[in-house]
Amino acid sequence: MRVDHVVKEFGGLVAVDDVSLDVPQHSIVSLIGPNGAGKTTLFNMLTGLYKPTSGRVLLGKRDITHKRPDIITSLGVARTFQNIRLFGAMTAVENVVVGRHVRMRAGLFGSVLRLPSVRREERAVRERARELLAYVGLRESAFDLLAAQLPYGDQRRVEIARALASEPTLLLLDEPTAGMNPNESAALTSFMRKLRRELELTILLIEHDMKVVMDVSERVTVLDHGHKIAEGPPEEVRADPRVIEAYLGTPQS
Amino acid sequence: MSDPPGQPVEELDQNAGRDAPPSGPSGWGELRAQLQEWRAAVDGALPPWWPRAMAVIAIAFAIVLPFFFSLDSDFMNATIIAVAYAVMSLGLNIVVGFAGLLDLGYVAFYALGAYSLGWFGSDFFFKAHIHVLVSKVASTLPGIHLNFILILIAAALICALAGMLIGLPTLRLRGDYIAIVTLAFGEIIAVVAVNGQSVQLGGGMTLTAGNLGISAVDSPYFPGVGMFNELNLRPWYWLILGVMLFVLFVNLRLRDSRLGRAWIALREDEVAAVSMGIPLVRTKLMAYSMGAAFGGMAGAFFGTYFTVVNADQFQFGFSIFILSMVIIGGLGSIWGAVAGGLLLGYINYYLIPHVLNTLPSKFGLNFQLTEIEFGIYGFLLVMMMILRPQGLIPERRRRLELTAKVGVAQSERELAEPSAYDTTGVNE
Repeated sequence: MRVDHVVKEFGGLVAVDDVSLDVPQHSIVSLIGPNGAGKTTLFNMLTGLYKPTSGRVLLGKRDITHKRPDIITSLGVARTFQNIRLFGAMTAVENVVVGRHVRMRAGLFGSVLRLPSVRREERAVRERARELLAYVGLRESAFDLLAAQLPYGDQRRVEIARALASEPTLLLLDEPTAGMNPNESAALTSFMRKLRRELELTILLIEHDMKVVMDVSERVTVLDHGHKIAEGPPEEVRADPRVIEAYLGTPQS
Repeated sequence: MSDPPGQPVEELDQNAGRDAPPSGPSGWGELRAQLQEWRAAVDGALPPWWPRAMAVIAIAFAIVLPFFFSLDSDFMNATIIAVAYAVMSLGLNIVVGFAGLLDLGYVAFYALGAYSLGWFGSDFFFKAHIHVLVSKVASTLPGIHLNFILILIAAALICALAGMLIGLPTLRLRGDYIAIVTLAFGEIIAVVAVNGQSVQLGGGMTLTAGNLGISAVDSPYFPGVGMFNELNLRPWYWLILGVMLFVLFVNLRLRDSRLGRAWIALREDEVAAVSMGIPLVRTKLMAYSMGAAFGGMAGAFFGTYFTVVNADQFQFGFSIFILSMVIIGGLGSIWGAVAGGLLLGYINYYLIPHVLNTLPSKFGLNFQLTEIEFGIYGFLLVMMMILRPQGLIPERRRRLELTAKVGVAQSERELAEPSAYDTTGVNE
């Protein structure tokens, strides 16, 4: 994915100002920055929820800047949310099945008549959903519980399984370790590597936990007040005086 | 609910005690828990074909029901109307219950369905001479006369289209704003129905007959059965029962389909649903047009059953009446929508006018119960909201949510365990 001079204004407020970003295939890239830096706004533009004021978003060679969110999902971009957004009144399995919507074909009449093809598809999708839930490490007794009933950690897993269900090539994770203890964060870090290795995913994540960022990402992009202030390998970015300034303020001389 | 064995039971009890109203009798919670336990035990003991067998028995009972009553009894009349209400309630449940779009203008589809009947099943368009599969008498009359089944299909198509048109401007709105826009559309259709008598279509024909009403509409006619009449209500009953079963079947099939899940996902969280690849416009419009189509079918039936299509039938109160059925039955619940429709239909057309109407006079009060029927509905709704806010037959999901106490206790325990994203043991 490539982000090309993207700008987003809300009224007079420039939330994202001329940000360019390259996410090479099979890489893990982190997006960091203080609160309100425009990270989630950028995510929302990549997934089509917001339309950029100017600039382009390219997926491979394809311009997806003005595509609808569901089209972008069908092209292979999936995401999770900063504050988990599961469908609370649906079970874990159903949540994942909904995630597979774009890869299903059943139409109105096929569903009403329950054609053999629809029946087959339905069975296969449910089976696949259970596999995915097992893959992200949800215990089987929780599969048929309502998402709203699940504990926080399990909800995060279901959300990742739901995103994976659409068979993405690019996975966007918005603060996946929020609310986790160091052990859990470390486990998630290795899970992300596993995802890349086994599912050949490209991962772009927003993250505040510097240990996770330094550990997992090949490249780091830093946003502050909507501007990109640094970009590069983790060690380089960590040493960048502008990044330190953005996070800690100007040192008094 | 599966409770892991060996877990301390006190913890759950403490929870229940804390959540119960302090003033309530302490036996209630236990009784309810006991009932739930029994219910679960009964559910577990029943064979898997049980629900299907129950459905077959219920349908068989519904089919033979008229033989227990005289040909034109008040009870049959009320039953026919109640079943037609259930069709409307099922339709509105798709929009409000499944997709979560509060529609306060459902009367518009009653009107359009009824007018479809008026247009295509009477001599209203007297310049035209179109006859398709109708009785000998009707085929000599001027106007458009289609077989009732064709009119049903036409009504469904017209309303589906209208539902989409009404849905379009609400797509960018959420929650209460949708309610206001649909309410306005309902009112617009009602006004058009009244003033349609001034809309000239040429040749002296108008769009509607306003408050004069289109009357002498065709009664349904089927070869072999003959023309329906008001002396024998049984064919009417079986006709609307057939429509209801059809609509019920479509509802049940859609609920557990790709489309049904998309509706519920949109209801639960629109942003997440769209990000998961659900096309917002198409899915919402589908809900509107499906709901509208079913409303239109019931509307066409009402048109022929009441033998007149009159503009003053299409009042805002009717939308609320149907919405009450959906809510009393249980938002989003298919069986609840049927129960709500039947219940309010019976109360409105049988219980109040025929059973309890003279009740006040027995207490020396000088009024009839029909005069305060809206007060009675209001009372019922309020009681319902206090005693059983989830509806008569709540949707499975909501029932799970309401009995989720065990799940919550479980999750509190598990939050303490540092296990999230443990990749060990996963098929690496």
